[in-house]
Amino acid sequence: MGFFDKLVSGLTKTRDNLVKQIKSVLSGKKISEELFEELEEILIGADIGVTSTMEIMENVRERCRQEKVQEGSQVEKILQEEIRKVIGEKTELEPPATTPWVIMVVGVNGVGKTTTIGKLAARFTAEGKKVVLAAGDTFRAAAAEQLAIWAERSKAQLIRHEEGSDPAAVAYDAVQAARNRKADVLIIDTAGRLHTKSNLMEELKKIKRVISREMPDAPHDVLLVMDATTGQNGLSQAKVFKEATEVSGIVLTKLDGTAKGGIVIAIKRELGIPVKLVGVGEGIDDMQNFNPDDFVEALFS
Amino acid sequence: MIFENLADKLQNTFNNLKRRGKLTEKEVELALKEVRLALLEADVNHKVVKSFTERVKNRAIGEEVLKSLTPAQQVVKIVYDELTSLMGGSAAQLNLSYSPSIIMMVGLQGAGKTTTAGKLARTIKEKGRRPLLVACDVYRPAAVKQLQVVGNQIGVNVFSQEGQKPVSIAQAGIKYANQNGFDVIIIDTAGRLHVDEELMQELVDLKTSFKPQEILFVADAMTGQDAVNVAASFNERLDISGIILTKMDGDARGGAALSIREVVGKPIKFAAFGEKLDALEIFHPDRMASRILGMGDLGTILEKAQQAIDEKEAAQLVQKLTTDDFNLEDFYEQMQQMKKMGPLNQLMDMVPGMNKMKGQADFSAAEKEMKQLEAIINSMTPKERRQPDLIDASRKKRIANGSGARVQDVNRLLKQFGETKKVMKQFGGLSQKGKKKFKMPFFN
Repeated sequence: MGFFDKLVSGLTKTRDNLVKQIKSVLSGKKISEELFEELEEILIGADIGVTSTMEIMENVRERCRQEKVQEGSQVEKILQEEIRKVIGEKTELEPPATTPWVIMVVGVNGVGKTTTIGKLAARFTAEGKKVVLAAGDTFRAAAAEQLAIWAERSKAQLIRHEEGSDPAAVAYDAVQAARNRKADVLIIDTAGRLHTKSNLMEELKKIKRVISREMPDAPHDVLLVMDATTGQNGLSQAKVFKEATEVSGIVLTKLDGTAKGGIVIAIKRELGIPVKLVGVGEGIDDMQNFNPDDFVEALFS
Repeated sequence: MIFENLADKLQNTFNNLKRRGKLTEKEVELALKEVRLALLEADVNHKVVKSFTERVKNRAIGEEVLKSLTPAQQVVKIVYDELTSLMGGSAAQLNLSYSPSIIMMVGLQGAGKTTTAGKLARTIKEKGRRPLLVACDVYRPAAVKQLQVVGNQIGVNVFSQEGQKPVSIAQAGIKYANQNGFDVIIIDTAGRLHVDEELMQELVDLKTSFKPQEILFVADAMTGQDAVNVAASFNERLDISGIILTKMDGDARGGAALSIREVVGKPIKFAAFGEKLDALEIFHPDRMASRILGMGDLGTILEKAQQAIDEKEAAQLVQKLTTDDFNLEDFYEQMQQMKKMGPLNQLMDMVPGMNKMKGQADFSAAEKEMKQLEAIINSMTPKERRQPDLIDASRKKRIANGSGARVQDVNRLLKQFGETKKVMKQFGGLSQKGKKKFKMPFFN
């Protein structure tokens, strides 16, 4: 199944899914204040957030006035275009000119960082790249074991230290190893941490500093992994992680449930961080490039 | 996006309305508009927001405005009371009356089931029972190993079997518990999506086979609008007995608590505040209500202060304040008590209006400064601490050298101390009049 199919099948599983709701709201209705309010509720129900919803809807209202729109169904197209505008252009992961390509993976607890790394590694090895994984989560019980199993599945190499050791030291060793072994990609896992814990955010900065000291243009990508069920707190997460590690993109996981992941729209709008990848299942192949056209289309088709 | 304190916002809405009498529909509507936004920003599901504010509206219209409150405050009070009673209700105790009692942990991936199972086992062990953890997450790589490490850390046995299905592992685990005198069995299950029919059926099978007294749904406090779908599905299939909210140590306002409570009508039994294995706490509906409304978590901060400050010491301190012999030793003592309350930024999270400052104020710098103050005081002689006036230029130089600080730093400390003393004298006078138990003047 392609990304689009998976998204669509994920969405159709939903009992009260966004698409149906919007369809039923829009079908055969004339434009009215009530209609706009219903649309607003649907956007809020998708975790897009009050502020972003209000702004998007304000633009929709404005355009409806200017373009003298009468039919409810025409509003759909306008709403779709407005959301599409916020999401912006498609941005995929792009390898740098030199190897190894160093990718650091960060996020709060339980969003699926390790699984994401496993899938990413599998994708790169399938492309014929040599991949090294660094077990930088030295805190959570058995985190390194979990990554080791993914390394085996994806045929990647693994650099790990003992539980409780300094994650920056793991990153240091991993950069050396990736160079010496002429790896194409190095993916560094980090422990899940709440963005409100300043000491843990400092630790993250230190890991990044150590990487940059060894390889001045690295890490080339810092991916923030975010769970699609996340509510408005996602904005605060993105803000703090961005300040600490210059996040280059978001991986939106668990999109195969009923959650819409709308918070990424608010994040893009307020912080400019694009979504690069989406996770749509627990299987090794269940990761896809984020395609904004498909994303919006899947919401409205 | 920083959310203003709801109370402040409402105050602005009503700034000119200082009146007594009954709440009018217009006033209630105006106030509820802000309440609605606050709840949505806090991730309360929009349908729940609707039904909830409707109820509040009906209750509030015509209600007498208390003498001490403005209409806005009166509405907030009604909202707060309603939230508290909605999330509270019947006593949320664990049912451990059977021997063995069986507890099953369920929830989405990444909610924190395994860590919470460990915390729960520890809590139960401290009550004098003999818990056994049974590892039934056979899907996630290294999940069993994680539970084993957790069990090891808290001194609780973990039962696991290679290559078996969850139902047979649980069966063998219960047999093992009976043979070895364990009287509470905690079954850790794999995280799963509520729309995954096959895996949901597996939970139903576990339930039918072993009839657990407790099925605890573990939910992440950061969950957004989808919380209602997930909780309702799990409850429909399993008729859960209670909820545990995790990751409460973050800054999410936790509206999911209200959504879940409203949709499944089951009690929230515990709240988890951290990754360390001792941090499972009883859920406090009143604190959650003020947190959801963005009014800070005053209850927790007061409790922390109470825990940290020895009452006798506090009484002595108050005594000193009024008699003017507050010295650097007491100042030092106060700093130690503050440290006991936890990291500054965590405390600030709980103070109403203070979470606004986060990001602006650098608390780690403040903590560094506190460390330096400590070092400086440590470099003084006991006599100097008791009589700071003694400290002249040459003593200052010695103290600076001894603490690795500069003379300016010593000066600054003495100046700060002088100011604190002044403030404390004022507070001391107040607290005597008002008969308050203690004051935290350093909080200024």
